[in-house]
Amino acid sequence: MKKVVLVAIASLIFQSCVNTSERKLPILGEREPVEKTVDGKLLIDTIYQTVPAFSYFNQDSIPVTNKDFDNKIYVTDFFFTSCNTICPIMHRNMLNVYTKFKGNPKVKFLSHTIDIKYDLPSKLKSYVSKLGIEGNQWEFVHGSRDSIFGIAAKSYLVSAFEDSADPQGLVHQGWFILVDTKKQLRGAYDGTKEDQVNQLMKDMELLLKEEFDNEE
Amino acid sequence: MRNKLIYFIFLTIAFTSMIQSCQNETSINFKRYYVNGKGLYEKNCQNCHGSDGKGLGTLYPPLTDSSYLNLKRNKLACIIRNGQTGTVRVNNIAYDGIMPGNQTLADIDIAQVIVYITNSFGNKQDFYDSEFAKNDLVKCK
Ligand code: HEC
Repeated sequence: MKKVVLVAIASLIFQSCVNTSERKLPILGEREPVEKTVDGKLLIDTIYQTVPAFSYFNQDSIPVTNKDFDNKIYVTDFFFTSCNTICPIMHRNMLNVYTKFKGNPKVKFLSHTIDIKYDLPSKLKSYVSKLGIEGNQWEFVHGSRDSIFGIAAKSYLVSAFEDSADPQGLVHQGWFILVDTKKQLRGAYDGTKEDQVNQLMKDMELLLKEEFDNEE
Repeated sequence: MRNKLIYFIFLTIAFTSMIQSCQNETSINFKRYYVNGKGLYEKNCQNCHGSDGKGLGTLYPPLTDSSYLNLKRNKLACIIRNGQTGTVRVNNIAYDGIMPGNQTLADIDIAQVIVYITNSFGNKQDFYDSEFAKNDLVKCK
């Protein structure tokens, strides 16, 4: 009897191990079922929300588009250089994530400024060098008002808007959004919370495995 | 003669206990200031200067430069209340940013934050109470 219980417990533990190692990140956002026929059979497939094409200018005043993120996973957020509330915390944390994946050609970072008026590429450049970032693995981008606020709300599900009642005139959430190679949303993490940022780093490892492991 | 001796002993005891209670009072005050200062720091300063006081890149300077903090000891209250712009050199690195002011912090709050930052992150300085802050704040430019 004792043995049976032991075996049961052992297999439970074993199973829970297996489950965590095979855990797959969910796909977030809107979804739509579509019917398609494969080999004469009717199948139901699901189409998930994806990030549409975009084109911005980065800290070096070079155009950056969705193509620069093809075949990579990336983490994205919304901020502005003079933001003196949550942004320093977000980018202190993002810097840790960046440092961990620095030099990995499969990983990129994309920070959008929501201060369309003042954060021109030259302003972004000075911010970036003060943060201690070189190269273009982490892109800081400036775009038109509509394209930035539009993509925040519709594609990355991050709320960001101009608000005259706010002391700085701009309000935004501190989410870090994880995007896969199919441009699907795979995770949202509060960039001001250390534990959630640690989770993001674990999830990035998991996603890299899912996306690139059978390539090698 | 005997009376004198008793009188002397009594005086000594009274005197030492007076000093001791004084000391205790400063150390209790110090602790109170430090604990409150920590809370105020977390709410008003930590986002930029960090929980370890190390700042962030050259965007936000660290608060780990004891000699800088000591040199500016009488200016800290003004920096905290009115903010600061222009170039500062901390740990021999130049920082050129904008620190917003904290107009809502009372004199005592500012003194408490100063006790906290000048006694954390490897700093160790003397007690600084709200009277000091009041005197220093009058001289803000
Ligand atoms: C929005 C970000 C921000 C916040 C919040 C902030 N500071 Fe600063 N602080 C700065 C910047 C930027 C500088 C450098 C200013 C300059 O270049 O002249 C600075 C400079 C300082 C300095 C002098 C330089 C040094 O490193 O010793 C002190 C002291 C200081 N801050 C203390 C505080 C305290 C205490 C608080 C909270 C009451 C606080 N700061 C809140 C951004 C901030």
